[in-house]
Amino acid sequence: MSGYPFALALCGITLTFIVYLLRSRRLREKYAAIWLVVLVIVIVLGAFPRVLFRVATIVGVETPTNLLFAASLVVLLLVCIQLSTEISQLEEETRTIAEELALLNRRVELLSAPAGRPSPVEPDGLAAAALGDRTSADASPLGVPAAREEPVLEDRSVEDSPLEDRAR
Amino acid sequence: MLRVQPPAITRVLIVLPAWNEQEALPGVLDEVHTALPDMDVLVVNDGSSDRTSQVARECGAAVLDLPVNLGVGGAMRAGFKYAVREGYDAVIQLDADGQHDPRNVGDLLVAARETGADVVIGARFAGTGSYQARGPRRWAMRSLSTVLSRLVGTRLTDTTSGFKLSGPRAVRLFAANYPAEYLGDTIESLVIAHRAGLTVRQVGVEMRPRSGGEPSQSPVKAAVFLARAGLALAVALTRPGTPLPGEAVR
Repeated sequence: MSGYPFALALCGITLTFIVYLLRSRRLREKYAAIWLVVLVIVIVLGAFPRVLFRVATIVGVETPTNLLFAASLVVLLLVCIQLSTEISQLEEETRTIAEELALLNRRVELLSAPAGRPSPVEPDGLAAAALGDRTSADASPLGVPAAREEPVLEDRSVEDSPLEDRAR
Repeated sequence: MLRVQPPAITRVLIVLPAWNEQEALPGVLDEVHTALPDMDVLVVNDGSSDRTSQVARECGAAVLDLPVNLGVGGAMRAGFKYAVREGYDAVIQLDADGQHDPRNVGDLLVAARETGADVVIGARFAGTGSYQARGPRRWAMRSLSTVLSRLVGTRLTDTTSGFKLSGPRAVRLFAANYPAEYLGDTIESLVIAHRAGLTVRQVGVEMRPRSGGEPSQSPVKAAVFLARAGLALAVALTRPGTPLPGEAVR
């Protein structure tokens, strides 16, 4: 009894699984493509084992199975590299989003602060209060000069350049 | 290379990237306010788990709260974006641990105006001050400085300094392009600036000891530092250059 039908059955199951993941949108095409290609190749090799022997002779590998192992290692390596680049891209996207969030938070804070009063709202104020951190809750309205609270909205011009101070 | 006189600096923003600096921050902010009462200060809270953000607010500084820790480079790019959007044309980076003396900010501004440089580094080994790194770490930093000095075309003695002035063109460049990797905020940012056609200069500043611990003198750590710095430099140099963005980076 040859092991080929078993291998073919295994391929069939994997193929069904990947197609299922694709259909349920849990796997995107760009990641599925390489697995589908690999599966098709394995199915061809399982159905027609002679193909592997012929390819091995052509590329000069003595033992056909070694060709198979080497090829699968290369495929896995490529997939790993692809995933690393995708992660790097994701990190860059996360970074940009984090920056935008911080900038937006600052704008919201300025806009929601009542005119002439320092902003009482802190993003982590609730969390700090929940942790029993009293100081943050009662310290913010005090000790903050109103003039320095909204530096962004001030129309600063040339004359308060710090260069003048230094030059004297 | 085309040398255009950079636009004059009128509005300066001081940016302090801070990660878990609730102890040192009030002192530093106080000092900045005493030395430079007219300057706006932005603290970029780099995902701190302590009260850095609240402490900064209580001291009257503008605060950007990053929801996750991005590293100095990430915090600084957020600061540069803020500067561009709020119309500041120069950014001065100061360490939140009190290592840099805010009174030197004026020296950086004067240097920027006199030399027309886009990036001015406050350097530790330039004759002023008493900061001394010894042994392998010093050699590592020195070889790094030699390579970068030759590249940038001016003598740089302290390329890993976190005390830097970025002029109007540098602010625009860095708002779009400031690396978050290890040493990206020091070495690679200089390479990026240089390749975008900006000029880099340095002035000597006094450096005080860090409030938290001495820098390591271990040769192994120095070697690792040099290797990583070398890799960062090599990658930065082989990367395609980034052109200076136009006015519309908002």
